[in-house]
Amino acid sequence: MSDGKKKYTTVSIPTPLFRKIEKIIEGTGFTSVSSYVTYVLRELIAEHEGEEEPFTKEDEERIKEKLRALGYLD
Amino acid sequence: MVAPHGGKLVERLDFDEKKREEAYEMPRKTIGIDEARDAANIAHGVFSPLEGYMCREDLEHVLEHGRLANDLPWTIPIIMDVSKEEIKDIIEGDELALFYGEMPIAIMNVEEIYPYDKKVYAESVFGTLSAEHPGVSNIMAKKEHLIGGRITLLNDPPTDFQRYKLWPKETRVLFKERGWKSVVGFQTRNAPHAGHEYVQKTALTFVDGLFVNPLIGRKKSGDFKDEVIISAYEALFKHYYPKDTAVLAILETEMRYAGPKEAIFHAIIRKNFGCTHFIVGRDHAGVGKFYGPYDAQEIFYEYPDLGITPLFFRSFFYCKKCGGVVNEKICPHGTEHHINFSGTKIRAMLASGNKPPPIMMRPEVADAILEYEEPFVG
Repeated sequence: MSDGKKKYTTVSIPTPLFRKIEKIIEGTGFTSVSSYVTYVLRELIAEHEGEEEPFTKEDEERIKEKLRALGYLD
Repeated sequence: MVAPHGGKLVERLDFDEKKREEAYEMPRKTIGIDEARDAANIAHGVFSPLEGYMCREDLEHVLEHGRLANDLPWTIPIIMDVSKEEIKDIIEGDELALFYGEMPIAIMNVEEIYPYDKKVYAESVFGTLSAEHPGVSNIMAKKEHLIGGRITLLNDPPTDFQRYKLWPKETRVLFKERGWKSVVGFQTRNAPHAGHEYVQKTALTFVDGLFVNPLIGRKKSGDFKDEVIISAYEALFKHYYPKDTAVLAILETEMRYAGPKEAIFHAIIRKNFGCTHFIVGRDHAGVGKFYGPYDAQEIFYEYPDLGITPLFFRSFFYCKKCGGVVNEKICPHGTEHHINFSGTKIRAMLASGNKPPPIMMRPEVADAILEYEEPFVG
């Protein structure tokens, strides 16, 4: 692994929340509170991936022409 | 429509004749058709957010965490191997022209040249070091160094299947034009039997459109040849699929046979094509007995941020009592009533020139396959 690059960092959460999560993950595949929190945060962050940028009108027309030529569009 | 992986569809194209001429003056690396296809896949956004071949940091993250260095899910390294001879006159910061035969395919900005550990790679991606695994033997045969950096595509590599060749930008416009808000992607390297049709149509029942996306490229001995897969699907589409809810287009890249890791990779690719859902069946992208039958489904639970919804299918079979294709969840009858869609059995029938029974394969599909003297990769 490249030197000098930290792969993990620390985030503080309230202790009671930490304890609750410890209970929640008992008997699940999660091996630590950190892995659970990482999972939940990734799930949340994915919702912010955003909307696709629209293509230009010229691009769309050119593509539609190709799609018609190939028989994908009438 | 679903955003591409990483939020932006990569497009790194420069088809200007002047740029192509410049490539002839640059240091040159000769690449094969599989590498040329993957260069095009990068540049047309099939592998978004990748903009080139992986540098060390991304490769190490992928091998260790199944994610890029920026934490985005990614499981199959996209790498360019080089020999010492090929890089003796190249330093980081140079431009390198990638040639397929005499055709300049791409220019690479060389960002990093680095060694790598093939065993670490094989263990991580394939979960084995067995030389019997085609992916392992493939990586072990690669050269000792990797070269990473962004690329710019100069020419699309040749294809035998222009009629079915679509890039993500094009499928996204197509899905939009058809008014599809939800699209399920189906990866295949097989000619379709009744089980495949059942899975596809079951999934299609719940979404607006079906995107059948056969993988065209290097495969192992005994797999269906590319042209056979296409002919078989043409027959199936012509006779059994509604024109306004199903699309057939190819993906040109090699099979890695990396089972679960490749299932994630295949899902990401279909997300880039604009799919909201992805079908994962039994032993997806598996080979031999290297993976458990549902490993490729289990792995999806590690990726809550994948951005495409997997649809899991268990084994399916024909039940004589039910009188149709079913799966273990919906059929109460014993195995004595079941006929399994064994790919090996179907291939053996076809190899000896016999049509599988219609409950296993549509007659039109079997006819299309049997038109080929040798339908399988030798």
